[in-house]
Amino acid sequence: MPAGQGLTVLVAEDSDVDRMLLARIVKRQGHQVVTAQNGQEAVALFSERRPQLVLLDALMPVMDGFEAARQIKALAGEALVPIIFLTSLNEEQALVRCLEAGGDDFMAKPYSAVILAAKIRAMDRLRRLQDTVLQQRDQIARHHHHLLNEQRVAKAVFDKVAHSGCLGAPNIRSVQSPYALFNGDLMLAAFTPSGDMRVFLGDFTGHGLPAAVGAMPLAEVFYGMTAKGYTMPQVLREMNAKLKRILPVDMFCCALLLNLSQQRAVVEVWNGGMPDGYRLSAEGAVLTPLQSRHLPLGILGPGQFDDAVEVWPLAAGERVLLLSDGVLETADAQERLFGEQRLRSVLAGNREPALLFSELMQALALFGGQPRDDISLCDIRMPGAQEPLPAPVNYPDSGPTSPADWSLGFEVRGQSLRQFNPVPYLVQLLQQVHGLRTRGGNLYSVLSELYSNALEHGVLGLDSQLKRDVQGFADYYQERARRLALLSEGFVRIDLVVEPHAQGGRLKIDVRDSGEGFDVQQVLSRAALQQGLSGRGLELVRRLSSSATWAEGGRCARVEFAW
Amino acid sequence: MADMHIDHKVLSDLREVMEDGYLQLVQTFLDDSERRLGQLHAARSAQELGAAAHSFKGSSSNMGAVALAGLCQQLEDRARRPPLFGIEDLISRIDQEFAEVQRFYRAEQQGISAG
Repeated sequence: MPAGQGLTVLVAEDSDVDRMLLARIVKRQGHQVVTAQNGQEAVALFSERRPQLVLLDALMPVMDGFEAARQIKALAGEALVPIIFLTSLNEEQALVRCLEAGGDDFMAKPYSAVILAAKIRAMDRLRRLQDTVLQQRDQIARHHHHLLNEQRVAKAVFDKVAHSGCLGAPNIRSVQSPYALFNGDLMLAAFTPSGDMRVFLGDFTGHGLPAAVGAMPLAEVFYGMTAKGYTMPQVLREMNAKLKRILPVDMFCCALLLNLSQQRAVVEVWNGGMPDGYRLSAEGAVLTPLQSRHLPLGILGPGQFDDAVEVWPLAAGERVLLLSDGVLETADAQERLFGEQRLRSVLAGNREPALLFSELMQALALFGGQPRDDISLCDIRMPGAQEPLPAPVNYPDSGPTSPADWSLGFEVRGQSLRQFNPVPYLVQLLQQVHGLRTRGGNLYSVLSELYSNALEHGVLGLDSQLKRDVQGFADYYQERARRLALLSEGFVRIDLVVEPHAQGGRLKIDVRDSGEGFDVQQVLSRAALQQGLSGRGLELVRRLSSSATWAEGGRCARVEFAW
Repeated sequence: MADMHIDHKVLSDLREVMEDGYLQLVQTFLDDSERRLGQLHAARSAQELGAAAHSFKGSSSNMGAVALAGLCQQLEDRARRPPLFGIEDLISRIDQEFAEVQRFYRAEQQGISAG
């Protein structure tokens, strides 16, 4: 024991000789001594002087050592105050009683200074250890409290960002365990200007705050670009590039992005590393699994990243179910995983779509016994024609400048047609025109439709009749990708004219392409009759614009918006 | 003769530990022992007898009075298991043994005071 670090030691012993001797031995070892002649005195002195160690005779008048030990231990609380019983008791039972009363060690008479010194040192080590453990426990508790507080704040901030989207739309059902975000799960939904619904479900590698930090920038990209009408490949590329830039190499984000177009009755899906999503019939039968075809976001550089989306028809009432791996990886006591088979049987057993989640959560609870903190589920239904989705958010008014008389010609040529989509830029430009601000969604839909018609039917020469059924649908998009990859010449030209007209103004849009053209009369009459997957485009354009005509043998579409 | 009554290893440790407190310790022991002996003789129950024997045993052993401590131990054991028939013999042997120890420690007192 280093000098100056002596303990205060309480010696309780009724025999004068023994007390005198013991006090002397302990003092010589550098400690302070307080003495008591019986148990009651010992307890009182303990409260008053708070000694760090107690030497206690077992048999004393007034109050014996056993009772004194119990009271002292109770007074000491969590701190370890070692009690060494002084005893010449040699019955086993009596020794057991000493330990049961809270004694930590024994010391037999006659007292040996050497042995007592060793025992005091040993007990002091224990005492310090307990002290350290308590301090560290309290520190951990403080840190934990601090962490929980930070998580609460972070969650509150994040909930504001995450829920600024349209997860509350009437055709979306979703559940997320309260702290799923801190397991890296991210669920976002927003409308494009044309009224398409985009839903993102992501899962960052890792757990805790590190897994959640990537969520903020990702949400920013998602909301910002979706609101401006960027295409899925553009959004995916930006998300991937951003994560690649900011995340450490061992971190990435499994992700599923989908675009639900009510106007075109399709769902477009990109799945990189997430569990299969499911395309479900209105009754909940699995139509198609939406499998992962890509590496997660944040791994590949822009050169290797593949932004190809799958396109599936989705009729009114049909649904898409998305889930995080916490669902499939819920484990039972034997470490078996819940897995896809059990999920499928829950899906098969479901009769009422509204109950699907509670049935699934119940199945998980029955299987795994305890709820996991990283479960995300999202069920998106294609709304019917009589059930319009909430209006898309308009762009914020960007100021008093409102150019009302101008024109612009914009031509995309050759290989640029493979990747580049000018529609979002043009729509943003047109949003500067005051009279068009409230019609951003319609403008976007019409321009998108005209542009993709010009590209697909004009430049690429694809026949929309292909999209009659589900198989044809897949063939169509496969063929589209093939022809686009080979494309080296051709053009799509967009001319915009904005001019004052009557009390308001007028926007004239011409979209020309380098294709063969088509028999305008025949296609338009066919489109009017058709309710299938292929006839929607032209009908939509006519409905949303003030007037729509086709000229130059079908090579030029001419649309007007007036206000 | 002293070797039978006193453990000299304990004694030398005592002197070393107590330093200038040694004489006071010896005096305390002698006074204390007279009181314990009185308690032994006055005990009116096995329990009182046992308790006095236990305390006497403890201080005797601390003072190196091994034979005295041994006799007290015997008495403590007997008191725990009545009947106490013939216990007076044991008590008078304790008296005799204490007389030896007392003689030894008085000599110690004189030796040290003189020295």
